[in-house]
This record gives sequence, structure tokens and C-alpha cells, in this order.
Amino acid sequence: MLRQLLSRAAPGWKLGAATLAAGTAGLAAAAGTALADEAEHGLHAPSYPWPHDGFFSSYDHRSIRRGYQVYTQVCATCHSMDLIHYRDLVGVCYTEEEAKEMALNIEVTDGPNDEGEMFERPGKLSDKLPAPYMNEEHARYANGGAYPPDLSLITKARHDGQNYVFSLLLGYREPPAGITVREGLYYNPYFPGGAIAMPKMLNDGGVEYDDGTPATEAQQAKDVVTFLSWAAEPEMDERKLMGTKWIAVLSLVFLTTVYYKRWKWAPLKSRRVIVDVVN
Amino acid sequence: MGLADTFYNVFVKRNSVYVATIIVGAFAGERMVHSIGDSLWESNNKGKLYKHMLEEKQ
Repeated sequence: MLRQLLSRAAPGWKLGAATLAAGTAGLAAAAGTALADEAEHGLHAPSYPWPHDGFFSSYDHRSIRRGYQVYTQVCATCHSMDLIHYRDLVGVCYTEEEAKEMALNIEVTDGPNDEGEMFERPGKLSDKLPAPYMNEEHARYANGGAYPPDLSLITKARHDGQNYVFSLLLGYREPPAGITVREGLYYNPYFPGGAIAMPKMLNDGGVEYDDGTPATEAQQAKDVVTFLSWAAEPEMDERKLMGTKWIAVLSLVFLTTVYYKRWKWAPLKSRRVIVDVVN
Repeated sequence: MGLADTFYNVFVKRNSVYVATIIVGAFAGERMVHSIGDSLWESNNKGKLYKHMLEEKQ
């Protein structure tokens, strides 16, 4: 396309053949740099229309719930979510009873007790979602040196987080001709460098949704990204609602203030001062 | 007698009534802002909120 543009523009430019050739070479080099840049920093993710985009749009809480199911059934085998507790799910996507029941299914090491021993107990609402590894070293050891990042804030920790994570999850494909990916890595153009240690994890029907939604690959990606967005920004619903209310009330206050100021100043602004000069 | 005069005579003339109007007005205004805000929020996010999910499950 660049060449086309150039050849169309060339007659008007009245450039010497040598200059034109040099220009073409320069532009081609620039295009090459741009492509190399996208390979290095990851393909730019398209912008998807999230249901919670917009200043007055809430999260889709059913989607958060399904996303939690995707996280626990798929992502949680390698990724921790260190900042999310079972109690955080209550009133967001699960009832208190449901959350308590889910917490009961995990084992938590607690203690020491009055005999100085650590002990195992069933989880409570105040427990964190269970982490797959003890620490980063353990995680790297188990994953061939790659560290599966904690997902609590992942949509905030990556540029254009939601679109990036969504594109990444669905972005696995065969490497193009000329690109080789080393053993143990997988080709994904959205990942900076193009080679990611995480294999493709989402597959049609790979998750069981408790609301009967067909678990297609794209559905799972959308739901888990909604869940991760909520996890990174759980205050969003409240923030949008309160913000709108505050803006509405403060606009009224602003109008009143302006009116009051003008009312007070009107006599001062419209007076005429006559200086009665004596002699 | 205009609207402003009526307003003045009913609400502002006696200080006790004036202060009471401000306090009651603050309460009523707060309730109103919240109820209008919440109902707009719910209609704008129909089917997406937690309460809608609960209603569907029951």
C-alpha cells in the first residue's frame, strides 16, 4: 500500500528518480520497523464493546459469576489471586451461603494452636482464594522458569488490560512462516515477543457453567475477563453510581452558587460612582 | 402575591420554620437523589445487576 501511495503521489512531487528510490527505501524501512515493533511489544489488541463500558454501565454480574467458574476450573491451576477473598464474592456473584459452601471445600493451614502445631481446617469466608504455589520460586520451578502472574490486578497491570487479556486468551495460532518458537513456548502474537509460556487453555466446553450457558471458547474468555476486571476494580459499580449522583447534585449547587454570586454582586457591578469634587 | 412572596411568607419568615425546612429538605432531597439515581441505574443496567441475578434464581 505504501508503494502504491508513493507511486500515485510521485508525479506531483516532481522528484528525481534517485530521490524517489531513496524515499521508497526509507518508507519501506519505516514499515519494517513498525512491524518489528508490533512483534516486540505484542500485536495491538482490538477494542471490544464490553457490557460495562460507559459511564453509567454496571458489570454483568452473571458474567462475573461464570468468569469465576472459568478462573477456578482453568486459570487457578497456575495463577493465584492473592487479593480476592471468598467474602468478596458475596453480594457480587454469589450469595453468602454459596460462598461459605465453596470456602468449605478448600483446606487452609492455620495455627499454631495451643500445642504449637499447625493444623488444617476447612476454609472460611475470610480466607483468600487458594494459591496454586507457595511463592514465586515454587511457581517458576513448576513452570519451567516462567512465572504465571497473580491475576488480582491483571487488567490494570497490562496496557489496555481487558482487550489485551481477551485477545491473548483467544490469540493462539500456528506461528507464521519463518518464525520458530522454542520448545515449551507457544506462539501468540498478542504477547510481547510472540512466544508465551502459557499454553492455550480455553477450549469449547472446557468449563461447566452452573447457569447452563454454552461454554464456548469466546464465552469463557469474555466471562473470565469480566471477572478479572471486577477483581481489579471491584468498586466500579459503586463509583459510577455515586459519581453520577454527586455530579448531579453538585451541578445544582454550582448553579445556585453562580446565581447567588451574581445576585450579591449585581448592585456593586451596576453602580455608578460620582466623585463630587469640591473646587 | 407572587410565588416568591408566598414561598417567603410560608418558609422563610419565621426562623424556626426556615431551619426546619432546611433540615427536612436535606433529608427529602437526599432520599430523592438516591431513589432517582438508583432507579436510573437499574433501568440502564437491566438484567446485569446482582439483584437481577438473585431474582432469576428464585
